[in-house]
Amino acid sequence: MIQNSGHRYVILGIFTTVIFIYLARLFYIQVVDDSYKLSANNNVLRQIIEYPARGLVYDRNGKLLVYNEAVYDLMIIPRQVQPFDTLDFCNIIGIPIEDFRKKFKKAKTYSRVKASIFEKQLSAETYAVLQEKLFKFRGFFVQPRTLRKYPGKIGAHTLGYIGEVDDRLVLKNPYYRSGDYIGISGLEQSYEEELRGQRGVRTVMVDVFNREKGSFSNGEYDSAAVSGKNLTTTLDLHLQQLGEKLLENKIGSVVAIEPSTGEILAIVTKPTYDPNLLVGRVRSKNYTKLLRDELKPLFNRAMQAYYPPGSTFKLVNALIAEQEQIITSATVFPHSFVVGSKSVKCHPHPAGLDLRSAVQYSCNPYFCNTFKVFVDNRKFGTSENGYKIWRDYVLSFGIGRKIGVDLPHELSGLVPKVDYFDRFYGKKRWKASTIFSLGIGQGELGITPLQMANIMCIIANKGYYYVPHIVQKIGDKKNTTRNLGEKHYTKVDAGYFIAIQDGMQKVVEAGTGRVAQFGTTVICGKTGTAQNPHGKDHSLFVAFAPRDNPKIAIAVMVENAGFGAAWAAPVASLMMEQYLTDSISRPELYERMIKGNLLPTRQDSLIKKTDRPDVPEIEPVAIKKKAQ
Amino acid sequence: MRKQQSIFQNIDWVLVILYLALMLIGWINIYAAVYNEEHQSILDISQNYGRQLIWITTSLVLAIFILVIDGKFFEAFAIPIYVSILLLLVAVLLLGREVAGSKSWFEIGAFRIQPAEFAKFATTLALAKFLGTVNINMQDLRTKLVAGVLILIPFSLILLQNDTGSALVFGSFIFVLYREGLSQNVLILGFFGVLLFVLALMISKFTILIVLGSLALLAIFLLRKTRRNIITVTVILALASSMVFSVDYFFQNILEPHQKERINVLLGKETDLKGAGYNVNQSLIAIGSGGLVGKGFLNGTQTKFDFVPEQSTDFIFCTIGEEWGFVGTLTVLGLFTALLYRIVFVAERQKSHFTRIYAYGVASIIFMHVMVNIGMTIGLLPVIGIPLPFISYGGSSLWSFTVLLFILVKLDSYRTFILR
Repeated sequence: MIQNSGHRYVILGIFTTVIFIYLARLFYIQVVDDSYKLSANNNVLRQIIEYPARGLVYDRNGKLLVYNEAVYDLMIIPRQVQPFDTLDFCNIIGIPIEDFRKKFKKAKTYSRVKASIFEKQLSAETYAVLQEKLFKFRGFFVQPRTLRKYPGKIGAHTLGYIGEVDDRLVLKNPYYRSGDYIGISGLEQSYEEELRGQRGVRTVMVDVFNREKGSFSNGEYDSAAVSGKNLTTTLDLHLQQLGEKLLENKIGSVVAIEPSTGEILAIVTKPTYDPNLLVGRVRSKNYTKLLRDELKPLFNRAMQAYYPPGSTFKLVNALIAEQEQIITSATVFPHSFVVGSKSVKCHPHPAGLDLRSAVQYSCNPYFCNTFKVFVDNRKFGTSENGYKIWRDYVLSFGIGRKIGVDLPHELSGLVPKVDYFDRFYGKKRWKASTIFSLGIGQGELGITPLQMANIMCIIANKGYYYVPHIVQKIGDKKNTTRNLGEKHYTKVDAGYFIAIQDGMQKVVEAGTGRVAQFGTTVICGKTGTAQNPHGKDHSLFVAFAPRDNPKIAIAVMVENAGFGAAWAAPVASLMMEQYLTDSISRPELYERMIKGNLLPTRQDSLIKKTDRPDVPEIEPVAIKKKAQ
Repeated sequence: MRKQQSIFQNIDWVLVILYLALMLIGWINIYAAVYNEEHQSILDISQNYGRQLIWITTSLVLAIFILVIDGKFFEAFAIPIYVSILLLLVAVLLLGREVAGSKSWFEIGAFRIQPAEFAKFATTLALAKFLGTVNINMQDLRTKLVAGVLILIPFSLILLQNDTGSALVFGSFIFVLYREGLSQNVLILGFFGVLLFVLALMISKFTILIVLGSLALLAIFLLRKTRRNIITVTVILALASSMVFSVDYFFQNILEPHQKERINVLLGKETDLKGAGYNVNQSLIAIGSGGLVGKGFLNGTQTKFDFVPEQSTDFIFCTIGEEWGFVGTLTVLGLFTALLYRIVFVAERQKSHFTRIYAYGVASIIFMHVMVNIGMTIGLLPVIGIPLPFISYGGSSLWSFTVLLFILVKLDSYRTFILR
């Protein structure tokens, strides 16, 4: 259409105008304005990641348990490397020349233009020497990092350790980048998010000599690192140190909890290791060594070892029976328990014991009878049902399930279900007398020392517990994670606990736990001797003190140590005394405990770990015991 | 009708030479942009530069193919082609693979096809067919509506794919309509509309409304003689105000966060830490540091150290700017200008309306791409990801531009024939 011919010129005009504007702009930024040239000319940008300081960890009294030490990662950008004196370089950082070539090749393969780690974690001294000469080594620069240090060398399993995050996690969790550190066990792991802080980044301009020439764009693209939060743990450093010392050269564990809050005062597992071994460059070497150690120092017995609780379990049994009014505190049983042709033995004690005295003297037949009268009781119908109800009670004591402690890898323990016995003995072919050993804490029961200490809290509080936890404060604020302030009630009413406490008090005053008494403190305790088919019995003692307004509940397990009173009770007693009175009044006992060496020698059979707890044959419990 | 003696008769060689020159420049700069010392040969197919050669050769094959087939095919099949592409656009919404937030690719084995690229020339063909029919007058409302719909359908479908860049290109069809008779006022309105849009993003609504209000009062006073004028002014004021408000609403509620960010960065309201802001800054540094003659081939520091993202695709102009300097950028823009002028020249010598309209479509589309892509690299437009024609790396884009251009070459070769 001819009349529109003018339009073509408008269109061409628009095209030309726009392009002209662009050319003007280009002329300006390329030829006229120098600022871009300066930005680019021989100045290269480098992103320096600012790793935040990881939170520190303190004990409940403000003493430092974990702090950070500065180290330096040596970084390389292969493209920027120019020839230099490699011998000098290798001498300074302490690696042989062949290693240098290998590492350089590896860095080139990763990327010629991106920075990668050439040598990890140089010490501060090496860094100081290197820094002066760094300008000679073009293409290298230093990234500050921090490593953990443990002044007290204690609490390795609880505190945990850190290491580099693995690639799978980097893919899954958007926060983490390759090269970040992450907590791998203990509270480093369970409180990782609070401890790690927030990474920062600085973009700097660097000249041909690798010197920082200033912040890029006035720091517009920078973000500051945010330090991790400090943690105040519930641990008492002195108590923890004492526990680790007392268990020196023994295998076992101690857990001490404050019943009114659930705060863990000490948690010891022996054998253990110096936490400084798993830090930084030496970590993987030492880890392998520890892994191969026959005594298994990496194994956290406090939360993961299953033991049959032995006589300490009689307390739980009694409480359950009282609640269901199967027995009362005045109940007396005939002093015998017979299954088939065998009978359950006991220690010598006066006859006609009521509940309190049965606890005091740890009478086996009494509690076997209690268990039988409960499980086979007609009011439950069948034995299966009786056992099921019994088991539900037991679970309410925090046994046979996880209690939710704020440390990783807690195990639940073992209280078999009905179908376990059905499968083993046949359906409807078992009753209380088949599994009577459960009544005295032997047989198919597995409890961890943490759970044992928790049971003490329950008895101390007369019927409830707070979830045991290890962190009291995060930063300045109280730890409100994980519903820690909640009371968890067992199924047994408060009133029934009194008789049990009476009995336990008598244990220490005049019963099997006499050795635990100190000063005038009213202590409630119970000895236990856990049968061990592979070797000597395990020594067990549980207690809380003082009886009124209890401040500490404790469970001590010493493997292959014989009677509860032999080793476990003295250890518990010394620790309670230290905690309550800040002193030790029995130096000879203390010395004897410290010097004791119960580690297995080559002749003794070593502890074998099996998945299933051993099921005893239907043999009388005490038949192998020597008279004492 | 005389049969064509050979397929090379009457071909506009200027267009072909410009086409080849731009592709060559593209190929060389892609080599520089993603140069990898481990793969130094420009023919290495593990790298983008080797692959681009494959795209170039296949495009040449495509071009020859188009020249060989009968030119009548395009006019006859314009509408079917258009409809099939529309179906593909719908299909990709349902079956396509989502890449970086937009669902615009089909993946068939190792190949990826982007229907939006082909929608551009398909729409041009359809428009040309429709508007080229005898008795179609741009002044008619019906004509305008149908043309509008022809453009809006693919536009909306592409918008649904979240490919705002490609969708934006469809706005350039206004040049086609304008050439065919659409009144000047539309262009003027469009221009002021865009201006208002930009101002509304930069300055607070109330300032603009006050200014508009005062202008309107002034206009009414000056033109008070005619009642009609007063009404017109009032209507314009109403439209402008509602536009200001809807721009605001659009910005707050409809734009995606990353798009908002890019606009804010452009307007200087925001300095983005990781995304668009940093990239544009890097792009400016790369181009700006090129100086008059550039740093030389393979010597661009910003390019070498991978500071600019998408260096071989959307930001390829940075490599040209950094390594060849103002001389390089002037050359490339000059070549594009020459190409656009030549296309318009070819358009105007056509007897066939269909070909002329098609030609303006080609010019508009190429112009839009050049304007948006280069504008983004020099910080005049927000970051919108569309390729630079013939130069950016990529099979889909090179093929679709080749097809777009060579259909024109073929149609143009019939210009001496008597109008059918």
